[in-house]
Amino acid sequence: MAKVFQKSSFLTDAVLHYCPGCGHGIVHRLVAEALDDIKAQGHVIGIAPVGCAVFAYNYFNCDMIEAAHGRAPSVATAVKRVNPDNIVFAYQGDGDLASIGLCETVHAAARGENVTIVFINNAIYGMTGGQMAPTTLIGQKTTTSPLGRNPAVNGNPIRICELLSTLDGPSYIERVAVYDTPHILSAKKAIRKAFENQVNKKGFSLIEVLCNCPTNWGMTPQQSMDYIKNDMTKIFPLGVFKEV
Amino acid sequence: MSEKVLMKGNEAIAEAAVRGGCRFFAGYPITPQNEVPEYLSKRLPEVGGTFIQAESEVSAINMIYGAASVGARALTSSSSPGISLKQEGISYIAGAELPCVIINMVRSGPGLGGIQPAQGDYFQAVKGGGHGDYKLIVLAPSTVQEAVDMVYGSFDLSEKYRVPVLILGDGMIGQIMEAVSLPEMRDVSKIKKPDWALDGKGSGSNRKIINSLYIEPDVLEKMNIKLAGIYRQIEENEVKVEEYLTDDATVVITAYGTVGRIAKSAVNILRSKGIKAGLIRPVTLFPFPYFAYEKAASSNNVKKFVTVELSMGQMIEDVKLGVNGKKPVEFFGRSGGNVMSAEDIVDFIISKEV
Ligand SMILES: Cc1ncc(C[n+]2csc(CCOP(=O)(O)OP(=O)(O)O)c2C)c(N)n1
Ligand code: SF4
Repeated sequence: MAKVFQKSSFLTDAVLHYCPGCGHGIVHRLVAEALDDIKAQGHVIGIAPVGCAVFAYNYFNCDMIEAAHGRAPSVATAVKRVNPDNIVFAYQGDGDLASIGLCETVHAAARGENVTIVFINNAIYGMTGGQMAPTTLIGQKTTTSPLGRNPAVNGNPIRICELLSTLDGPSYIERVAVYDTPHILSAKKAIRKAFENQVNKKGFSLIEVLCNCPTNWGMTPQQSMDYIKNDMTKIFPLGVFKEV
Repeated sequence: MSEKVLMKGNEAIAEAAVRGGCRFFAGYPITPQNEVPEYLSKRLPEVGGTFIQAESEVSAINMIYGAASVGARALTSSSSPGISLKQEGISYIAGAELPCVIINMVRSGPGLGGIQPAQGDYFQAVKGGGHGDYKLIVLAPSTVQEAVDMVYGSFDLSEKYRVPVLILGDGMIGQIMEAVSLPEMRDVSKIKKPDWALDGKGSGSNRKIINSLYIEPDVLEKMNIKLAGIYRQIEENEVKVEEYLTDDATVVITAYGTVGRIAKSAVNILRSKGIKAGLIRPVTLFPFPYFAYEKAASSNNVKKFVTVELSMGQMIEDVKLGVNGKKPVEFFGRSGGNVMSAEDIVDFIISKEV
């Protein structure tokens, strides 16, 4: 019988701890399959964030480092400089990458470090119970913006792809989403390309993935996917922001 | 020991690190340690190493975490405010059992403080600094030569226990020019990468993971017990202290780092004046040489101890633990970047004699 499907060799058999309907699981699979596609077996080091994906080191079947909150780009920088033949990726949430670790993100990008960053933008702090994130939408309710994010008191969302694309360092910056199958497939293509760029020594790549957090958004999985499509993409338009 | 050369402390220390096998440095500029990164920015590429000027001390220490994870002999250096910023990262490094070497050329504080020498970071260095139950191996050089020898051996020491080594210097040791014998260049190709170091080859059961997260209380407690056991071993094996003329001393002066050197001169002056002074200089601050104080405190000759520090009184707490109430412990300190002379120490002791 012909084999029509096989689990990625880059995923372990550990049971994911993510909530039902959470997009982290989808993106884990995309990252793993992209690593399969570039045949990276035997030379990959991944960096897990602090956030809901903190246990990513249990799920990705490769050598892994768990970094301090926001500091994955610095850890990735050092790993890649010491082991330039390894494929090095960081997987980070929006609190991790766009708030506490924004400085590390910008400077790793500006230095053009030859690493791949997968940025999960779910517009909220999932792990700590649904507080406002730097990417929380205007009007979006969180536990620390209970009346909805009000720019006058809570500030405005940060668009990471747009911000980083002003820099000379990055080679590839794209924003994708995982709210339906066609978009999931495009997301995988983008992640694969980011890894290919690393293989080809093109320098810093970052893929922002618009993702859901049904638990803290107070939505069903389907409603949360619709929210990405109808609301998030308005503030965070999909597309390639930089490619060299 | 080969060439004897005249070098500024910071540069000699940087060269000693390279000769000891350091091939990765990340740091952020701050006075009075800038000659360390400046020197290494040129020197490390010459030997195939990596130098990165990081965007902050926070980033720098996390680069050290990454470099150490893949088995590089990694060094960072900074001064007090920068070391404060590094504390979360240092705690992670300790929790993940990664070796590395951290230099603190201490300046005066608190806050932005000043840029002159001080010893106000003693508590931070030996009592934790960052969060959680961990220790660093803390070495306090009193001369440039001693700093060179310490830094040279510190990578081996750190790897032996998988505990970070902190070199607690001060502006004086960094800025002074002294003749030093530089140790020979280690052949890094002969230094075996630790077997826990990541190489990207992991898959399935041979995956390597660098982590400090232990979400199950029992598992984390086990980890803390394991670390505590390693710290006990370090206390048994690695404590170093210099004792000078303590055998017949009536007054035991105690000081560390460059102040230890000033105190030694004070001992000589006091002896020339007929006062039998001696010196206990802890070379390792963790592990602390409590036994030297216990022994001196039990001697019938010794009337009292005088702790001399460039702080408002920090090491004195450990001195008192060693002395354990058996004899009085007095304190003489300067702070704010002021440095006492040997005569100042002599005057303090003579003023108390009457
Ligand atoms: C220094 C520090 N500050 C705060 C925290 C607490 N903390 C853990 S995860 C997190 C936010 C995670 O949100 P995000 O990065 O968006 O990831 P998500 O959980 O949504 O996937 C925070 C604030 C921490 N672990 N360390
Ligand atoms: S809290 Fe949100 S981001 Fe975290 S696992 Fe649950 S759904 Fe996913």
